[in-house]
Amino acid sequence: MAETVHPAEQAAHGEHHEEGWVKKYLFSTDHKIIAMQYLFTGMAMGLIGAFFAYVFRMQLAFPGMEVPFFGVVSANEYNSLITNHGAIMIFWVAMPVLIAAFGNFLIPLMIGADDMVFPRINRLSYQIFFISALVLLASFFVEGGGFGGAWTAYPPLSANAAYSLTPMGATLWLVAVALEFVAFLLGGINFVTTLMNSRTKGMGIYDIPMVLWMIIIASILFMASVGPLIAGAVMLFMDQQVGTHFYDPTRGGDPLLWQHLFWFFGHPEVYVVLLPAMGIVADIMPVFARKKLFAYRTILWTAIGTGVLSFTVWAHHQFIAGIDPRMAHVFTITTLLISIPIAEMCFVYIATLYGGSIRLNTPMLWALAFVAEFLIGGVTGIFLGASGADIYFHDTYFVLAHFHYTFFPIAIIGTYAGVTFWFPKMFGRMMNDTLGKIHFWGTIIPFNLIFIPLFVLGAAGQHRRIYDFTNYPMLAEPWMQDLRVLATVSLVVMLAFQLVFFYNVIVSLVRGEKAGKNPWKSNTLEWTTESPPPHGNFGDQYPTVYRPPYEYSHPDREEDYWPQNLPN
Amino acid sequence: MIETWVEAVSTYARDVDNLILLIGVLVGFWFILCEAVFFGFIIKFRHRPGQKAQYVTGEEKSQKRWISIPHLLVLVCDVFIIVGAVQVWYTIKQNLPEAEQTVRVVGQQWAWTFVHPGKDGKLDTADDIALVDELHVQANTTYHYLLESRDVLHNFSVPVFRLKQDAVPGRTITGWFNAQKTGQWDVQCAEICGIGHGIMGARIFVESPDEHAAFIASHSQAAPVAVATASGR
Repeated sequence: MAETVHPAEQAAHGEHHEEGWVKKYLFSTDHKIIAMQYLFTGMAMGLIGAFFAYVFRMQLAFPGMEVPFFGVVSANEYNSLITNHGAIMIFWVAMPVLIAAFGNFLIPLMIGADDMVFPRINRLSYQIFFISALVLLASFFVEGGGFGGAWTAYPPLSANAAYSLTPMGATLWLVAVALEFVAFLLGGINFVTTLMNSRTKGMGIYDIPMVLWMIIIASILFMASVGPLIAGAVMLFMDQQVGTHFYDPTRGGDPLLWQHLFWFFGHPEVYVVLLPAMGIVADIMPVFARKKLFAYRTILWTAIGTGVLSFTVWAHHQFIAGIDPRMAHVFTITTLLISIPIAEMCFVYIATLYGGSIRLNTPMLWALAFVAEFLIGGVTGIFLGASGADIYFHDTYFVLAHFHYTFFPIAIIGTYAGVTFWFPKMFGRMMNDTLGKIHFWGTIIPFNLIFIPLFVLGAAGQHRRIYDFTNYPMLAEPWMQDLRVLATVSLVVMLAFQLVFFYNVIVSLVRGEKAGKNPWKSNTLEWTTESPPPHGNFGDQYPTVYRPPYEYSHPDREEDYWPQNLPN
Repeated sequence: MIETWVEAVSTYARDVDNLILLIGVLVGFWFILCEAVFFGFIIKFRHRPGQKAQYVTGEEKSQKRWISIPHLLVLVCDVFIIVGAVQVWYTIKQNLPEAEQTVRVVGQQWAWTFVHPGKDGKLDTADDIALVDELHVQANTTYHYLLESRDVLHNFSVPVFRLKQDAVPGRTITGWFNAQKTGQWDVQCAEICGIGHGIMGARIFVESPDEHAAFIASHSQAAPVAVATASGR
């Protein structure tokens, strides 16, 4: 709770202002600049991941066609595109944007601090992340092309170039993922330490905005789960390049070992990206409903409960992988139990709307869409967590549609909610609300038209990672091909509407209305300083906190909001 | 639900379908209820000029009930689903009824080899019938499959049976099925196995006793295909 920075140091911060462009924007230790670096790098990688999706969806809808801007898709290119689409969207889009960009930008501003406690570790974290992205991009251009063994990288396929036929691509992919983990371990240490130590005067643990709690819990989950996978990745690297046989059954290894190490990380990872998005939504909803967040402590404890439970469910990804069949019962029970805290969080969000005065500005539309769409992802997960039903659904498009209904709300809807909400604080100008709404509907409607057909195809037995379904008589029916075309056309429409967003950003940066300090009449501390905040964030006076963050429409007060820093 | 798109051919296919239906009804109820209340609130409590929102903390017992009661009901639904899932799983994967016939299923990049017992009805004898990408079985007969892989992971998937099982190199995984209808359907590889994963399909032929006897007879004249038997490794 103590302030970590002395006034003298803060004066020094003021002097740093007169730095050159390279020092200021490329090698900055300012948390806001690092946040922007993560945000823009994440979004650029998002465009690459989206382009990959466009290419392989075109191949699926129109097998063998010459895809515009790419060409004919070969089977190994197809495998590489799907593998890297998944890896990019999770490791180089969802994590950098939701955790690193929002975490870096918001943590010091929302707790009333001038920067992270370890600014140089923060800079190192981004630099390693940037290198990891370069290594991944390089892997597409080596002999044999990029890795194509799916983002789960199961050995022996991933461990042996004779099977994968990507001798360099597989290794570069693995190195890139490992570097990305290093970046987020460094970032996580910083986030947790900063939140614990740098809170301004008066900010107790129940006065912390929910989005920060979620980012911190996510960082802890990541740090606690990634260790086994890093060990696994080292063994996989040695199998690939040194000739060891950790995963080679002909020499005493075991391919299932990797699956356990991978999913012990891989399932908590879902919550690593889910929780920050849920936090963003929890912070936006009260502002636009002018309503106190329902049951703050319940949300906090259910989030922690979800995090703990998420360590016990990993083998539901491996029901039919050859594990002891009796194990499936245990993991079915733990998996269905995790529906309890998640359902509770959804109930709380719905209850927050009750009795509100709801304004449907663009950020609120995104926040509401998150809840509406994530519910679909949540309920369809039950089919997959129930072992008996998973025998049929495993590795079908039903699984794919299910996790896109979780990851799309998380990585895309959550990001747009956060960006449209904090844009005025980040850049000092308002975004255009009409363009924002056009972009919103142009994203949400096609999104559903992509993935609802894929649920149907999955239920009809269409299995994953197949580059041409005409090889399967039962999957080559005309109505199935029509649904594939519908999904692909919807994807192209959705991607086209993203241009509206980028146009809106550019126009708003140049001509947008000045935002002022607190355009949304919000309570949390980031809205008490200038937009954009100066270096050092709060000038020479740190704010003091007098109350929890969501005191909207309080009966004792005329105004319908009550900023945390006002004495009364 | 699933039978609309994919026939139910094995003895346990209906069990899987019924479980999926049970889950569909239970989660469908919650899904529709949540979305209805959610959109209802958005419409009912939209902003009207001059009207202030209510101040509800959600920390009091009378308010928390609105969360805790639904949450207990969700738990009850979970219990039903768990019981159903465990039963179906037990039937298909844990329980192993006595075999009337046994076939060996071998996955390798990028084809399936199916080893059928010959006239003597036994595997690993000279008259075994090994075929690539064709599995012939007799209807109403309990089969054990011995699933193996020569190289990477594969997955022996027969959608009409509602059956999937990974083939893991270095192991022989035993499972069972009993087909109830004659006909021919797709066999898939449902685990990515490299460049040719997309073409690793096969067909299963479920035959009447007469047809199956004819199949065995027609393949017994030819010399056994030694290359493909797993025991030859």
